[in-house]
Amino acid sequence: MKAISFAGALTLATVALADNSAAPPPLPLGLSPQLYKLTVPQPPTPAQVTLGEKLFNEKRLSADNSVSCATCHDPAKAFADGKPQAVGIKNQVGQRNSPTVLNALFLATQFWDGRAATLEDQAKLPILNPIEMGMPSPEAVVTKVRAIPEYRDAFQKLNGREPSYDDIASAIAAFERTRMAGNARFDRFLTGNSNALSAQEKRGWALFNGKGRCNSCHAGNAVSPLFSDQKFHNIGVAAHKQDFVQLASEALRVVRAGDEEQIDRLALESKFSELGRFLVTRHENDIGSFKTPTLRNVGVTGPYMHDGSMATLWDVVDHYNKGGITNPYLDGGMQRLGLTEPEIDDLVAFLFALTSEDFAALEKKELTAQRARKTKRPERDTAVALGKKGNLGDLAPNPDLKNPADLGLYGPVAAPEK
Amino acid sequence: MRKGVKSIETKHYEERDSFFDGLRKLDRRSFMRLAGLSAGIAAAKGLITPQGFQLISVAEAATPTPSAKPKFSFAYISDSHLYKQELNDRFVRSLLRAVDDINRLDPQPDFVLYGGDLAQLGQKEELDLGKQILKTLKAPVKMMVGEHDWFLDMGEHWRGLFGEPQYSFDHKGVHFVTLMSVNEKDFWTERGMTPMERMQTVAGLDNGLQSRFEVGAAGREWLKADLAKVDKNTPLVVFSHSPLYKYYKQWNFWTDDADEVQALLRPFKNVTVIHGHTHQLLSNQIGNIQFHGMLSTAWPWPYAPEGLPSLTVPMNRTDPFSNFDGCGDGRMDVLESGLVDKLYNLWDRNPVTVKSSYLASSGKQDRPPASKLPPY
Repeated sequence: MKAISFAGALTLATVALADNSAAPPPLPLGLSPQLYKLTVPQPPTPAQVTLGEKLFNEKRLSADNSVSCATCHDPAKAFADGKPQAVGIKNQVGQRNSPTVLNALFLATQFWDGRAATLEDQAKLPILNPIEMGMPSPEAVVTKVRAIPEYRDAFQKLNGREPSYDDIASAIAAFERTRMAGNARFDRFLTGNSNALSAQEKRGWALFNGKGRCNSCHAGNAVSPLFSDQKFHNIGVAAHKQDFVQLASEALRVVRAGDEEQIDRLALESKFSELGRFLVTRHENDIGSFKTPTLRNVGVTGPYMHDGSMATLWDVVDHYNKGGITNPYLDGGMQRLGLTEPEIDDLVAFLFALTSEDFAALEKKELTAQRARKTKRPERDTAVALGKKGNLGDLAPNPDLKNPADLGLYGPVAAPEK
Repeated sequence: MRKGVKSIETKHYEERDSFFDGLRKLDRRSFMRLAGLSAGIAAAKGLITPQGFQLISVAEAATPTPSAKPKFSFAYISDSHLYKQELNDRFVRSLLRAVDDINRLDPQPDFVLYGGDLAQLGQKEELDLGKQILKTLKAPVKMMVGEHDWFLDMGEHWRGLFGEPQYSFDHKGVHFVTLMSVNEKDFWTERGMTPMERMQTVAGLDNGLQSRFEVGAAGREWLKADLAKVDKNTPLVVFSHSPLYKYYKQWNFWTDDADEVQALLRPFKNVTVIHGHTHQLLSNQIGNIQFHGMLSTAWPWPYAPEGLPSLTVPMNRTDPFSNFDGCGDGRMDVLESGLVDKLYNLWDRNPVTVKSSYLASSGKQDRPPASKLPPY
């Protein structure tokens, strides 16, 4: 084994790679410069970004000039929309909750089911989706944009040619590549300011990595700042709504019969989209799996889950606490957690501490709104969570999980009261 | 590990070394390819990645030719190792999951084979709990005994619940035999062991105290008499808890009189042996006999360090995060020929089918999809 650390190797390599591309923008606290360098080998130019932002807010990219990217990814709402499911032209409601654009550049795949590999690929699809922006074809989009002088000139200046659909998508993607989020209370805490988190938030961080098992999929640390494993898991959300098992066996039958086209048609039907990642990979094991979303700004980007079916973070923790919703394809890592009510509060408090500073006002508003709903807990099943009912999780003696916060791992411990 | 196969650590370190060596002399493109691994970018871009990061791709089984058409199916569940629910209900949950799987099969299997080791320590409560759960299966259940069910009271309670451990039956032109293959020579009397000490010794897989499993002289006599009544062209399917061949003695992945038992099966045209006990994907072919291991619902064993049949397409190390990875249940499709196509319904992975044609062709045809990751 060579005694050379990964970060060291990266530094060596970055030195070796130094070339004339634009210097990376200053990153918000908590994001890794190495990760940025890997993700954005060539930072977008200001001209690209300006044009991209304009397009991002451009309602004329939709069939009836009523919906832009920003309609569902509203910069004022942390680039989400606060609605359970996205609403497109003619007030049509889609199947999915709008995920935030912040830090999307770092994600290995785009969309809840990961069907797009890049921001460029992603940008093209909502414009053409009949429920979202409803443009009939890429050609129609290009024709419409070319007819608007300001865009025609801007693209001419940028690329020296009339815009193509690819050009439009890459401009939007260039803007999205500048949308990063860090700079949360948690980041200040992690970089050595132990007063940045309250005692409750520190207890939540310990639960996050301990009893709550959140870090199994949402690990977050200095080198992996996204709080997402970028994988796909079935946690049972899709099993809420319909006879999921029936749905899955129908889909499997179609796949075994080898009719890929039919699956694509099914995917557009509402209920089949609940099969999630399976529609992309056709692997049985991916039935009902959706991408692990980043947890940065999770407090201000509710409602939660791929379908926006959970209104508050308390609902989300309740869902995990009872081990998700049983279904044949439930991820094997799901088990009941046995979190008590005060522990749930601590965990939620920590999740709010992942909000970037610029959304402090929004965070306050959201926290108040979510707190007000604390009495309404549709996902709660304390009996199952604590193992008094059902068959979820070992009832073996609880492991002796000392709270790392009490051991002083997250800063000084207050002296016990006499 | 077989000779010439590098251990998983060796491969891992070699990969790492070449990764860091590579970093020193890189153009941007290959740098992106290597470094992207750390950020999960490679997966999205479909780049070539070292094996440690590769995903398993599973091809869908092609439609069978008419000659290899299934005549009927039966399902299996095996090795649940139940504890009393108050102590540990993880294994209970797994067995319930298997029962749900089988009940969901459409069409329903003709019967369900239970492959043995229903209980962890042969205790009454464990066996009763298992019986209660298996009652909820829609299809009829054929029970087989495992060593964990037996050595506390030498099968007394098990017999009371499920009857005799050795029996045979005919179904749709196939002769089925269920064996009691986990008898052991008396190692406990001279050591003055209590029943529970005896049970725990047998349950400890790799200790030097216990004897090796065997069908035993009486069992072989019974088998000989049973097979004497069967036409040699009748397809034969034998259920045994331990593998009916010699795989790895130290762990008792072994049947001491396997050679004698195989000799009794040799006159028959098509013989399939379905065994439990090994908790892993396991395939073997010896002469006219095809062997299939069953998955456990409780935990997957790693592969033994030697003796792994070369026809086995091994699974890679399972995910410690998941209670279910590497475990599962499955289905056997008995073909017109009387041989068996076997479906491993792995939980948290994609299903794997091992066809009889794969074994019959010594691995030349219909190779099951293999993981690119090393076996574990």
